[in-house]
Amino acid sequence: MPDVTTTPVAVQFDDAEQQRESATIGMWVFLATEVMFFGGMFLGYAVYRSSYPMAFGEASRRLDIVLGTLNTAILLTSSLTMAMAVHAAHQGKRRQLVGFLIGTIVLGSAFLGIKFYEYFQKFEEHLVPGRGFALEGADPRHSQLFFSFYFAMTGMHAVHMIIGIVMMGVLIVFALRGKYSERYYNPVEMAGLYWHFVDIVWVFLFPLLYLVERA
Amino acid sequence: MSHHHHDPLDHEHYLNVSYGVKSWLLTRDHKRIALLYLISITLFFFLGGLFAVLIRLELLTPKGDFVQAETYNKLFTMHGLIMIFFFLIPSIPAVLGNFLIPLMIGARDLAFPRLNLLSWYIFIIGGIFTLTAVVTGGVDTGWTFYTPYSSTYSNSAVVLTALGVFITGFSSILTGINFIVTTHKMRAPGMTWFRLPLFVWAHYATSIIFVLGTPVLAISIVLVGLERIFGIGIFDPRLGGDPLLFQHLFWFYSHPAVYIMILPAMGVMSEVITCFARKKIFGYNAVAFSSLAIAILGFLVWGHHMFVSGQSEFEGLIFSALSFMVAIPSAVKVFNWTATLYKGSISFHAPMLYALGFIGLFTVGGLTGLFLATLAVDVHVHDTYFIIAHFHYIMVGGAVMAYFAGIHYWWPKITGRMYPETWARLAAVIVFVGFNLTFFPQFILGYLGMPRRYYAYPDEFQVLNVLSTAGASILGVGYLIPLIYLLWSLRYGRVAGTNPWNATGLEWQTPSPPSTENFEAPPRVEGEAYEYEEVKVA
Amino acid sequence: MWSDLPLFPDRASSVAGDVDALFFALIGMSLFFATLIFFLIFFFSIRYRRRPGRGHADHVHNSIALEVLWTGIPVCITITLFVFGAMVFMRLRQPPPDALSIYVVGKQWMWKVQHPSGRREIDELHVPVGRPVKLVMASQDVIHDVFIPAFRIKQDVVPGRYTALWFEATKKGEYHLFCSQYCGTQHSGMIGKVIAMEPRDFEAWLAGSTEESPVKAGEKLFSRFDCTSCHAADARQRGPKLDGAYGHPVRLQTGQTVTFDDNYIRESILNPMAQITEGYRPIMPTFQGQLSEEQIMELIAYIKSLTP
Repeated sequence: MPDVTTTPVAVQFDDAEQQRESATIGMWVFLATEVMFFGGMFLGYAVYRSSYPMAFGEASRRLDIVLGTLNTAILLTSSLTMAMAVHAAHQGKRRQLVGFLIGTIVLGSAFLGIKFYEYFQKFEEHLVPGRGFALEGADPRHSQLFFSFYFAMTGMHAVHMIIGIVMMGVLIVFALRGKYSERYYNPVEMAGLYWHFVDIVWVFLFPLLYLVERA
Repeated sequence: MSHHHHDPLDHEHYLNVSYGVKSWLLTRDHKRIALLYLISITLFFFLGGLFAVLIRLELLTPKGDFVQAETYNKLFTMHGLIMIFFFLIPSIPAVLGNFLIPLMIGARDLAFPRLNLLSWYIFIIGGIFTLTAVVTGGVDTGWTFYTPYSSTYSNSAVVLTALGVFITGFSSILTGINFIVTTHKMRAPGMTWFRLPLFVWAHYATSIIFVLGTPVLAISIVLVGLERIFGIGIFDPRLGGDPLLFQHLFWFYSHPAVYIMILPAMGVMSEVITCFARKKIFGYNAVAFSSLAIAILGFLVWGHHMFVSGQSEFEGLIFSALSFMVAIPSAVKVFNWTATLYKGSISFHAPMLYALGFIGLFTVGGLTGLFLATLAVDVHVHDTYFIIAHFHYIMVGGAVMAYFAGIHYWWPKITGRMYPETWARLAAVIVFVGFNLTFFPQFILGYLGMPRRYYAYPDEFQVLNVLSTAGASILGVGYLIPLIYLLWSLRYGRVAGTNPWNATGLEWQTPSPPSTENFEAPPRVEGEAYEYEEVKVA
Repeated sequence: MWSDLPLFPDRASSVAGDVDALFFALIGMSLFFATLIFFLIFFFSIRYRRRPGRGHADHVHNSIALEVLWTGIPVCITITLFVFGAMVFMRLRQPPPDALSIYVVGKQWMWKVQHPSGRREIDELHVPVGRPVKLVMASQDVIHDVFIPAFRIKQDVVPGRYTALWFEATKKGEYHLFCSQYCGTQHSGMIGKVIAMEPRDFEAWLAGSTEESPVKAGEKLFSRFDCTSCHAADARQRGPKLDGAYGHPVRLQTGQTVTFDDNYIRESILNPMAQITEGYRPIMPTFQGQLSEEQIMELIAYIKSLTP
């Protein structure tokens, strides 16, 4: 029987277990909607890539693979720190929890910093779609299409990361106030699920965008 | 229970437990949120209806002489957008679903009450963006936003409208998440899946579409907005894009969207028909599984909107075959409802009149869907008034009538008062007559070849258009009458009591109106759904 | 029917009869089921109405047999409808090889028609009766649609590619041609007239103009834009030979094989890097922005004429 004095249960739920299970199902359903959301962009990208493989290859080679790989490593590490944070919460270790959350935020911010630096680079190289776009290539129209998808997909991903970082911040505040314990840490778990999802999206984005025709 | 003093509704209930704007705008009670939705969508309904009136007035004459061409194009666009996104999609789920699902399953509230309130706020914000677009010049792309017209050529408030629709989509998604989790985890002891009212099954199936379909619409609109703002070319052929990609992405959501609009209506039907035939539903399992089948198959047929778009014949064949398949579970439901009437004890209160009207009109609308699934016929009638007639039979003859059936059926539970029965029956008949006069001539117009979205048309189409407009004026009267008497009933309607219909279902075990927490203690469910044979009529 | 209240469209093409037959079959089937349902509802409502002595329903057992029956019969009906609908559809979509090609360009808000003989029209389409006609269509701006109700045919006209429809007029007369894909302010003004004539009258009408045929115009463009410098049929060959190529398969650098058709030619002119023929270097310049849709159609007509 969960200790009700430390586990806040909302009035609509019968007990803490129902609350926890409901939140978990809710988060999984929400992640399903995110899959569909990104899926639309992935589909569009796939359609054009199969139609214009050479133009997409040429465009992809203009992306900075070093920064992209570095970012992948950073993001995967941040998933590790997030998992450690959940583990710490599970064990009721508040200081470790806060520490790992801060670590996740730092890594996530580093990812975003590198990403925006890449955007800035692309801007300087006149590779941002729209009026100023200029690519010395065989098929600039379809290479521009690649960059449209690049910015839309990584941009949407970045938005999700920012939301995730804000969520971590809120969790840190609540954790410092003593809200979580080994009996009640479901919000940390849910945030973890979300962060891992955002990571997985990047794991698909990276090879699809950066590794076209790199052989 | 109620004590019969001078105020017959003097027990504490969700309406009088607290007063003041804050208690409503910050409520977590699913019943109050349902009423917030009710008021909002009613306003949108009459706005969308006003646009329809203006459209039908223009179409009285073959020449364009009532409004300008550009205005007309904005009118039909905004009529569609408002009716679909701000009335039909939320109507039954956000009003009746929100109010009733916790009551029907024996819960105190939905799983996520604050998310529920957020969902309403998101709806309102999206609505404000869209209304801003309406008053600052309007949008003229058609509700379907086809590219490259919407992404490059239109000179209207496309981005603002797209933003409004995008935002409102999240309202649907949150409602869907809430309903799914609630149905899984919040059922009272003894309320197994197969004892659930079919209304709950219908909303569960709808929620699957909410969560899987809406995000795809969201991304389609985002891409159109990006294309328009930044001049990038995803759908613009001059920049290497493909206009058909937009159509695929758009219809991937927008076809399942029509099932979002009809599944909840079917859920209402199962509740109303069983009550007013005093009989359990015929084929409970068939009806429940049909809801799921419609939701799933509904995701596989989007290409039937694109038979003449430039899509290949092969795609056409596949989508035609699948579109025939999705018709089957709907037919199964119609047969089961009809069989429910067999050997029943049938009364003709207003909800039942609306329900019987639904079966008739939905049958016509659904059968004409078969015409459209038939490839060679669709080539001829696509983008004509035949299509307009088809979807209005289902959306208005079906979904709106079901909505009215539900509003009348559960009005006593929601407000504690009865509506005036004679006026309600009269309005139902007026709506039925007006509706058929409005839309049946449009089937003929469509096969004759009158294209849709036409502001001026060849002279020979005039008589049928005049008939249609005449019908619309009758239909409008039929919709205004309930507005008046429902408001009247709030003050002067007969006090309903707990269960004025002697219906089964947990919602009828609570006072009318219910208290904030619905049940004093979680009810234990022992019997099956619709056990009308056990109910003793007083 | 009465001219003031038409209830059924004119039937003026070779497929119209088949489409109408399907339509009437659907009406018959729908009338049957709608009548059945309406009748049952009425009958049950009256027979089992609430009255003294009928305050309760009788017990009725569920029936799997009935569920199977009323699932199975609709399945059979829908399969039949699908098959016949598909058969007529395939016939609608596959033009006979000897169809007379007429080029159509749609733009906001008019139709420009180009006959192979050279005669041009705007918002009117003269065709011969009794001969298959294929419309090859392009859009200059947004998506339009050619809809000829009397012929029961319709096809979207999509920017960035060619789409086609075909028909064979069976009755001389004048018929509506509607744009039926919403395309902006004057969408409902984008109406044309199809004028079907006896073949002799049609030939006479064609001859009534001294305009240049698209093939001739295309030949002039071909040399004006210097296509000959790479595509001439001689030893200077830097680009693929065009003589005899139309309608045949082309192997691309990527290994894919495509057909040398109107869309392929158009793409090669506007975006030559997208589909490079195997064995050739990517050196063809693009003519995007230098040619109108009509000029592209003229070039295609010329290139097509190089294949007997």
